[in-house]
Amino acid sequence: MPEPTEPFEEGRAIAATGAGGATDLAMEEGESLEKTPGGPRGTGPEKKPRSLWSDAWHDLRRNPVFIVSGLVILFLVVIAIWPSLIASGDPLDCDLSKAQEGSQPGHPFGFNGQGCDVYTRTVYGARASIQVGVFATLGVTLLGSVLGGLAGFFGGAWDGLLSRITDIFFAIPVILGGLVLLSVVSNNTVWPVIGFMVLLGWPQISRIARGSVITAKQNDYVQAARALGASNSRMLLRHITPNAVAPVIVVATIALGTYIALEATLSFLGVGLKPPTVSWGIDISSASPYVRNAPHMLLWPSGALAITVLAFIMLGDAVRDALDPKLR
Amino acid sequence: MGRYVIRRLLQMIPVFFGATLLIFLMVNVMGDPIAGLCGDRACDPATAAQLRKEFGLDKPVWQQYLTYMGNVFTGDFGTAFNGQPVTELMASAFPVTIRLTIVAILFEIVIGISLGVLTGLKRGRPVDTTVLLLTLVVLSIPTFVTALLAQLLLGVKWGWIEPAVSPEANFDELIVPGLVLASVSLAYVTRLTRTSIAENKRADYVRTAVAKGLPRHRVISRHLLRNSLIPVVTFIGADIGALMGGAIVTERIFNIHGVGYQLYQGIVRQNTQTVVGFVTILVLIFLLANLLVDLLYAVLDPRIRYA
Amino acid sequence: MRGATHAKWAALATAVALAATACGGGDDSGGGGGADGIVSSSWGDPQNPLEPANTNEVQGGKVLSMIFRGLKEYDPKTGEAKDMLAEKIETTDSVNFTVTVKDGWTFSNGEKVTAQSFVDAWNYGAALKNNQKNAYFFGYIEGYDKVHPEEGEATADTLSGLKVTGPQTFTVKLTQKFSTFPDTLGYAAYAPLPKAFFDDHDAWLAKPVGNGPYTIDSYSKGSQMQLKRWDDYPGDDKARNGGITLKVYTDNNTAYTDLIAGNLDLVDDVPAAQLKNVSADLGDRYINTPAGIIQTLSFPFYDPAWNKPGQEKLRQGLSMAIDRNQITETIFQKTRTPAVDWTSPVLGEEGGFKDVCGDFCKYDAAEAKKLVAEGGGIPGGTMKISYNADTGSHKEWVDAVCNSINRALGNNTACVGNPIGTFADFRNQVTTQKFDGPFRAGWQMDYPLIQNFLQPLYYTNASSNDGKYSSEEFDKLVDQANAESDIPKAVGLFQQAEEVLRDDMGAIPLWYQNGSAGYSERVENVTLNPFSVPVYNQITVK
Repeated sequence: MPEPTEPFEEGRAIAATGAGGATDLAMEEGESLEKTPGGPRGTGPEKKPRSLWSDAWHDLRRNPVFIVSGLVILFLVVIAIWPSLIASGDPLDCDLSKAQEGSQPGHPFGFNGQGCDVYTRTVYGARASIQVGVFATLGVTLLGSVLGGLAGFFGGAWDGLLSRITDIFFAIPVILGGLVLLSVVSNNTVWPVIGFMVLLGWPQISRIARGSVITAKQNDYVQAARALGASNSRMLLRHITPNAVAPVIVVATIALGTYIALEATLSFLGVGLKPPTVSWGIDISSASPYVRNAPHMLLWPSGALAITVLAFIMLGDAVRDALDPKLR
Repeated sequence: MGRYVIRRLLQMIPVFFGATLLIFLMVNVMGDPIAGLCGDRACDPATAAQLRKEFGLDKPVWQQYLTYMGNVFTGDFGTAFNGQPVTELMASAFPVTIRLTIVAILFEIVIGISLGVLTGLKRGRPVDTTVLLLTLVVLSIPTFVTALLAQLLLGVKWGWIEPAVSPEANFDELIVPGLVLASVSLAYVTRLTRTSIAENKRADYVRTAVAKGLPRHRVISRHLLRNSLIPVVTFIGADIGALMGGAIVTERIFNIHGVGYQLYQGIVRQNTQTVVGFVTILVLIFLLANLLVDLLYAVLDPRIRYA
Repeated sequence: MRGATHAKWAALATAVALAATACGGGDDSGGGGGADGIVSSSWGDPQNPLEPANTNEVQGGKVLSMIFRGLKEYDPKTGEAKDMLAEKIETTDSVNFTVTVKDGWTFSNGEKVTAQSFVDAWNYGAALKNNQKNAYFFGYIEGYDKVHPEEGEATADTLSGLKVTGPQTFTVKLTQKFSTFPDTLGYAAYAPLPKAFFDDHDAWLAKPVGNGPYTIDSYSKGSQMQLKRWDDYPGDDKARNGGITLKVYTDNNTAYTDLIAGNLDLVDDVPAAQLKNVSADLGDRYINTPAGIIQTLSFPFYDPAWNKPGQEKLRQGLSMAIDRNQITETIFQKTRTPAVDWTSPVLGEEGGFKDVCGDFCKYDAAEAKKLVAEGGGIPGGTMKISYNADTGSHKEWVDAVCNSINRALGNNTACVGNPIGTFADFRNQVTTQKFDGPFRAGWQMDYPLIQNFLQPLYYTNASSNDGKYSSEEFDKLVDQANAESDIPKAVGLFQQAEEVLRDDMGAIPLWYQNGSAGYSERVENVTLNPFSVPVYNQITVK
């Protein structure tokens, strides 16, 4: 019996992507098929062939989903850096005598259980949440794509070893890992939380990077470059990386949103960020037992969190649509 | 096929040991659990030392791990601090969580795939946009908020369900917790199916089937759905492990005495034996589920043959 | 091949479903009303095996309070120690005690309760090899250092200070004068044990047998315990209901929600967040009674930065910066009472409860700021108050205390909460002296004596003196008080010691914790004893 190993490899790559857990949307290939025929590219003759990237950018500029989510994210990033632009108060200034009071002049969102101004805290909370999202994603992407990419490129024993290590980290349930690792941390900055997310999050990106490098490696032009005697590093940097990076970016953008939500869940379990850091997760978890009496304490920070996560997921969706080579 | 399965099973061995070692080290990093056993006052040093010796905590970590794994292979998963064998905890916790997972997976399959097929076939219509937006909302709200709101509204305000699940945890009590647990995955399954259906709708074999004059429902169920389900099955298979170990929040809020609750309890009390024991089983389930998914993959897509 | 696979799959799926449902079913408790009615009550999984000398937390304590009776029993209302199984306890020198056990008591398995039942139980509790966490309760008895040496192997199996002198009498010899020793004997660790405990220990642990008004009907660890009234119980405090079902809840918010939904009769730990709803949800089916629990902030005296001369002013200033009234009202809805000393109101004035703290426990922002400055300011500019985040709604009050201090000092970074993920890790860091700032300390009395609130906590190197407070004067006064056989005089000496503690502000007293409980319309006569454990045997079902 002949042994066609090819389908197996491919099957595995896809199956592996599937194991990426809840944050993995990369499998949704080929969304918005209908968009292309009426698109701008159909209208005029092409002057010169454009790269995947400029094509993508061309599409994105005209995608309302991208524009709206991009603007929301821009706004969030600005207030994360300069919260005092739109909030004059001090998020740590709390007067217990006003605890749980509702909306009143000067305090549109009311007060939380400690008598802190909910509006000010919601604005200041953006910083920690966005920091967690952005840096965790950066870390996960770097670590994951380097390890996964190398495994995919070199194959053989390296691939076997790295794939097994990936499986090991995958097998640990994320929330469980968070509870165990973060419960001993007494550092009150965002870094331990980010570090934990990178530690348990990288396999997701690593599998995707591995899969797309394997696919890219089999392309004719890469084979040609190899035949022409290109060095490993040159092939990786010039030929493979540009073609393998798209799926990684797509998953990373969507994962960013889920990391922000994960921080809130960790805070609910008592192991997330710690005061005096102001974060939506902390506020949501401390407001959640009071939801019957003072729903406004829960509503505003969770609303802000939901909008942020939504914006990043939608951005990721839009980027995926634009980058998907099947649409070209 | 047999050789493929054997190879995969062999690959599982290092992963199994690696994952259990990893969790063993992680729980060890948490530090000395003995201090917590004595409540708000310090243990007397003699008793503390004696307890450490009894639980093997006075040995180096690697030795603890080896002893532990040795015991596991004889079916002894150790004892929790309250004197209960961990296997006994498992016997009571796993059936509950398996029921919860079954409910959650059923929701994913029934609702997720139906919505996905519906939206996939009606792309761009209002129903598609509405469902897509709903899935995004579900994705952006943390599960514990969904769970608390469901408990408050359905359980307390409107009285449709019991707010807390009884120790028996029958299937009917697990419907709402199961839905909450499944919600995020449900949203993914919907989106996955939608994309997959939309993509395959234009495939040649579907056009051929339509051209042959096959009735619409037959085209959808026999041809379109079967091929579109591949990524969905992959996802759901991988999700089984994640659901079982990830129910910590849902189980805590709805008072479900399952795996998630035991794990939480084990972590809070820094009970290495409980945590590692449960995770060991979860890792096994995760690995086997992944293998099954890959085999199922061949069933769904006849082009793939495992050698 | 594929067909076969399908069939296998179907079979497997059915098997899983069957296995999953097999454990289901089962009936709900509830049952009839009246004298045979069953009361369901919230519970937490006990942390340690349910041995009397091994149970040091309230969840296990609930069970022991139902299935055991000791020589003494604390009055559920006043906390006074009254004879239960003790016919009499006599002493002439406060060192040698002769105990006579009442005749006619048996364990629920029919075995007679004799002097030997007590002596065996105490020897078991004291022996190092049995890992009993409350072993130190036997530390006053002669020979304890032999059966439970601080280091090395035990050189004796039994306490030399315990001697059985007749079927119902035994003598106890202490190593020092301890005039109130008999009053400590109501603590669960001193309960008698039947022979079955020693003969088949595992079976006993699976279903403990005692001599109290209830017997254990079934016990599934981690989920629930069903206790039944023991009809042949010889004591006066017979159960007035048919039995108690203790149900383990994963979260006390959920237990409270279940009470409102009518699925549970009694919740004895209403979470802080729900207190605001209590009157709307329960009306007068809510009790809030003082319990022998005090919450304090301990200081790390082991840290040189926190142990400088003159810093008592800093500590006193911090104490005055905490608005106890507002916090107990807003956060705790008056289920805590602002502290005015280091003991508890359940002691009563005779027992030594007295406003010793005075102005130092009253909120005064201006004075607080002045004192903190005079005391050299907060070491390092910011102090972290450490607490465990996994249980007990500590986050709310620690944040509130910090906000109060910050407002009083006009500095929003003077104080910040430092949550520790697990109680075990918190205690570990406390006992290994890792904290470089104040940390929460809660003390639940073992027996209602002023000595129990002071000596274990503030005596130099005492077992629970976690902050390592040390004062020669305090120690001297406590020693004098212990040797004093005249009770009012002894109490006076303890109060003098407390004044020393105040002048040093060895720990900041915050508030006295009340027991709070809510119950359903099905039940009546629900009360909490001074240990904040429900008095189960008095509950009646309508």
